[in-house]
Amino acid sequence: MVNPTMSANLSQVIVKRRGSVILGPIELTLARQGITIVLGPNGAGKTTLLKVLHGVERISSGSVDWSVPDELARQSQAFIFQKPTMLRRSVRENLAYPLQLLDYKKAEIAERVALWAHRIDLGDMLDRSAPRLSGGEQQKLALARALIRDPDVLFLDEPCANLDARSTREIEKLLVDAQSSGTRIIMTTHNIGQARRLANDVLFLLNGKLHEQGAAMTFFKEPKTPEAKSFLEGDIVE
Amino acid sequence: MNEIWAGLQAALFLVFTLDKDLVEITLRSLQVSLSALVIASAIALPFGTWLAIRRFRYRRATIAALNALMGLPPVVVGLIVYLLLSRSGPFGVLGLLFSPTAMIIAQVIIIAPLIASITHQAMRELWAEYHDLLISLNTTKRQRIFTLIRDGKRALLTAALAGFGRAIGEVGAIMIVGGNIDHATRVLTTAIALETGKGDFALALGLGFVLIALAMLVNFAIHALSRTEREGTW
Ligand SMILES: Nc1ncnc2c1ncn2[C@@H]1O[C@H](COP(=O)(O)OP(=O)(O)O)[C@@H](O)[C@H]1O
Ligand SMILES: [Mg+2]
Repeated sequence: MVNPTMSANLSQVIVKRRGSVILGPIELTLARQGITIVLGPNGAGKTTLLKVLHGVERISSGSVDWSVPDELARQSQAFIFQKPTMLRRSVRENLAYPLQLLDYKKAEIAERVALWAHRIDLGDMLDRSAPRLSGGEQQKLALARALIRDPDVLFLDEPCANLDARSTREIEKLLVDAQSSGTRIIMTTHNIGQARRLANDVLFLLNGKLHEQGAAMTFFKEPKTPEAKSFLEGDIVE
Repeated sequence: MNEIWAGLQAALFLVFTLDKDLVEITLRSLQVSLSALVIASAIALPFGTWLAIRRFRYRRATIAALNALMGLPPVVVGLIVYLLLSRSGPFGVLGLLFSPTAMIIAQVIIIAPLIASITHQAMRELWAEYHDLLISLNTTKRQRIFTLIRDGKRALLTAALAGFGRAIGEVGAIMIVGGNIDHATRVLTTAIALETGKGDFALALGLGFVLIALAMLVNFAIHALSRTEREGTW
């Protein structure tokens, strides 16, 4: 199902809410592979940009074009929200849900659920109720539920906020594995260390604009703009 | 005081010997209220859910109307249904007045708004929780409604039970449209009203016990349901 030619093109995208521009104008072509990390201070528009790319945020002008038809693009993407939604069901049923929506065969569902439960180390908690899991377990479950459809593109909005070091490490490992099996990853984070570990390329947002972008190596070593430089040094950027 | 004691004893005797009249009236009560419950639920549960997830122009007005309907005095509902079903009314030809069907119609009108309103509130919360995920997963409208109903089933059951509780204890409307006819449209509440008026406290109290037991059962079930909901065990 992984489609290596899936790429996105944003042209003059502007998102307005209550009369003011919260994102844009954005001009952007997303590379076809790897992990893109979206950085920027609070309110810079990171979440909005991710939702625009995923097609769940209304844009006021401009266009977002995936290299495949919209319907197919949405179907082959997954999005993990900052506060992951746990269906009020068991772990097993949470994992099965995205497959049931696509009418997968029962046997195939059971097989994939078992595989992913094992990968996220929740194999013996399949019948526990998902909303009662710990924060780290919930985040892993959300990740597995997103990956169980083998998405071409995976969006994550601060997946490791409020998680301890161990859960963060487990999540990062799952992300690297997904990436190497062909899933395109676009995620935001406030953790610069995590950004350095994972990023192939970086989008740095400031006040709703794409302030700087580039390969991770260059960005972290020699940021071009003074704002990116002070952001990386931990200063407050206005 | 003596009279009441004697009545109590006689009532218990009736209950424990499964008195024929008592059983007949109880069964008819259940038949009418359960039928009303099934019909009202079939309308109100999907409608309340739909109202929770659908934005449309007259949504606020619809919710206000629902709340107003919920406050309709049952006696007035009875009167209106009576006028509609009476010989000279628009549905007079159907000959439904003074039949259990008429009573069911009246009860559906009384409890459907209540069930829809409780459903709407519970489903709105659940939808707020699920919204982003269901949109992101590209679900169809059907799938969304189905998912909400499945995961909100406890809330829906609570709504239905509240509706049943209201139906089984209701007297004004069914008295008017049913006519409290012996062996035809007599149910627990109307029989209690009649027997009390006649001074036959034994049967009235016996029927009262059954009614109280049913009401308590419903409330207990609602309580148990809302507790498991809060504790998140399912
Ligand atoms: N629905 C909305 N209505 C008004 N303002 C919004 C809305 N959503 C987001 N914003 C504003 O848009 C800006 C960007 O938000 P967001 O994309 O969430 O930023 P980030 O994720 O980088 O912290 C913020 O200033 C936020 O307050
Ligand atoms: Mg954000």
